[in-house]
Amino acid sequence: MNSIGEECTELKKKYDDCFNTWFSEKFLKGDNDDTICSGIFKIYQECVKNAMKEQNIDFKEIDKDVLGTENEFKAPTDNSS
Amino acid sequence: MARYYENSSTFNFSWDQVASGYWKRYPNPQSTHVLSEDTWSRQVKDGCLYTKRLLTKTNRVPKWGERFFNAKSVKIIEESIVDPKNKILVTYTRNLGYTKVMSVVERVEYRSAGPAQTVARRSAWIDSQVFGFSRAIRAFGVDRFRKNCNQMVNGFNHVLNSMFPRQGAGVNSMATAPVAHTFKEMRDAAAAATDRAKANVLSSVNRT
Repeated sequence: MNSIGEECTELKKKYDDCFNTWFSEKFLKGDNDDTICSGIFKIYQECVKNAMKEQNIDFKEIDKDVLGTENEFKAPTDNSS
Repeated sequence: MARYYENSSTFNFSWDQVASGYWKRYPNPQSTHVLSEDTWSRQVKDGCLYTKRLLTKTNRVPKWGERFFNAKSVKIIEESIVDPKNKILVTYTRNLGYTKVMSVVERVEYRSAGPAQTVARRSAWIDSQVFGFSRAIRAFGVDRFRKNCNQMVNGFNHVLNSMFPRQGAGVNSMATAPVAHTFKEMRDAAAAATDRAKANVLSSVNRT
């Protein structure tokens, strides 16, 4: 899958590979230490943030958390079974 | 008032497989509309993995909708929480920008349903605030969403099947088809609430 910034796609692939291995081999098995991918994540992040800046993407809207907060939409009550 | 829609589908894969496959869902043959996918933030907190991703997708609107929605692509924020202990994955997506024209919020909960099955329960809220057109836009949104549901499930199944091929797969057609697919839609969540309120009033009137 491509990154939003063409120049970041290679970094994204490297990071995704690292993450996917960590996720199934470590995290799902109870190991929460995610430092193994933090180096590549940092480099990839910088690239993506620059690409987003160039495309005038609103960072504030992205940073807003909804899931797990009171702003999360709730299913109508008669569906909660 | 937003239109609410929900359905559920069953994947013939363990929850661990579905959770691992979730991050590799794209690309798949049904996802040609997904243009990019990026991880914005990610952290482990209290044993759960919190992720926020930014996706861009092509914007498919009917001719009459182009006057409101002429962007070539839309940006989507996807928040998710993976709880490996309880085997629950929750995803929550919303569009970034154009929310007055049409806002689509989708929440999906993937829960383990036995050693080789995972149930995805999907809720969606579709709203529009375009004066005079909101009803038509909402109806379009619900219709598009309903059609996309099958594509999403088929696309995800395709990825899961290639990640976790099974002996005898292909013989068993159930391997690719969702076992259960139930649909339910409520035209208007508020209308249902009003109906309930009316029913309550009626029943209390009848009692006296």
